[in-house]
Amino acid sequence: MNISPFILFWAAIFTSNILLTNFLGMCSYLSVSKEMESAFGLGVAVIFVLTITCALNWLVYYYLLVPLHIVYLQYIIFIIVIAATVQLLELIIERFSPALYYTLGIFLPLITVNCAIFGVALFMIIRNYDFLQTLAYASGSGIGWLLAILMLAGIRSRIKDKLIPAGLQGAGISLIVTGIMALAFVGFSGIVNVQ
Amino acid sequence: MTKKDIFITSAFRENSVWRQILGICSSLAVTNLMMNSLIMGLGVIFTLIFSNLTISAIRNYTPRSVRMMVQVLIIGAYVIIVDIFLRAQLPDISKQLGPYVGLIITNCIIMGRAEAFAAKNAPLDSMIDGIGAGIGYTMVLLTISSIRELFGFGSLFGFQILGNWWLKWSIMVMAPSAFFLLAIMIWIINNKYYKVKAS
Repeated sequence: MNISPFILFWAAIFTSNILLTNFLGMCSYLSVSKEMESAFGLGVAVIFVLTITCALNWLVYYYLLVPLHIVYLQYIIFIIVIAATVQLLELIIERFSPALYYTLGIFLPLITVNCAIFGVALFMIIRNYDFLQTLAYASGSGIGWLLAILMLAGIRSRIKDKLIPAGLQGAGISLIVTGIMALAFVGFSGIVNVQ
Repeated sequence: MTKKDIFITSAFRENSVWRQILGICSSLAVTNLMMNSLIMGLGVIFTLIFSNLTISAIRNYTPRSVRMMVQVLIIGAYVIIVDIFLRAQLPDISKQLGPYVGLIITNCIIMGRAEAFAAKNAPLDSMIDGIGAGIGYTMVLLTISSIRELFGFGSLFGFQILGNWWLKWSIMVMAPSAFFLLAIMIWIINNKYYKVKAS
């Protein structure tokens, strides 16, 4: 695949948004979007972890798994790399920046099970991205995810005390809002195709 | 609880998707075609049954502090089996499902059942719980995908149902329809089955 990393970066944010077109990271997206502040914290943590773990996973895949012919173990290895990185990041941030730890700390454990992190790692393997493309795609996906969760949190804080049908309260209305957002993002598709 | 109770609870009463809002990612992503949904559902049922069985069997020997990691590794092993099987036997569907087979590992339903049920109950009960949760999940997938495939392609399981006169709804093939259909499904079930009243 020969797409310039720059284009891939923008495509990952808009035309193939990781959440609105690939449905990844829905669980934490639905549960942590009640307030703007926590949504922003989680989003930043996702960008951070996504970029670092994808770079690491790329290196592990092409310099360890492929030469050793154990590509079939990729799922388990990727999960271990992600879990270990998150733990390590937690320690480093706690040690060097207590202020940042205060904002991001509680979200880091949540991220280990965020499927967006794992999904992007699998996409980069399936689509044969090189290292730069992977970095661009991963950071772009992170920013796209942040954008989506911020939009939902903003809308949810506005409709909090509006009359919503009983059966739709909570997850139902969030899904409908997300559907409308996804519909709006369909407008971006066609600018560039990275599938 | 009797075995039947366990099954009904995990498949309907406390259904992972519409009641606990877990496993949304894959229930939205693979529902464009019924065949994909069915294969994905079977993969999840297989993984749930055996991961629940294994986790329950070793529950008394797993230290609490590392149990999450142990659970993830067990689930990962079964997902690899599913993935290799699909690649060998159904290469086309495996290609279409793409990364979503691997994403069964991070499907919250499986971790959820492992934590909530298998880590506390006997192996046989855990297996039944796994079957129930898996069937509950597959049911949701098939319901959504039947609507999307019928209106989007005019077919069911690849067989043409609606003739050439049918104008295909391209919105049903695209992402937004999955969000809307799942929301409507949750709405109907909340009203009809749980009789939720406005607070």
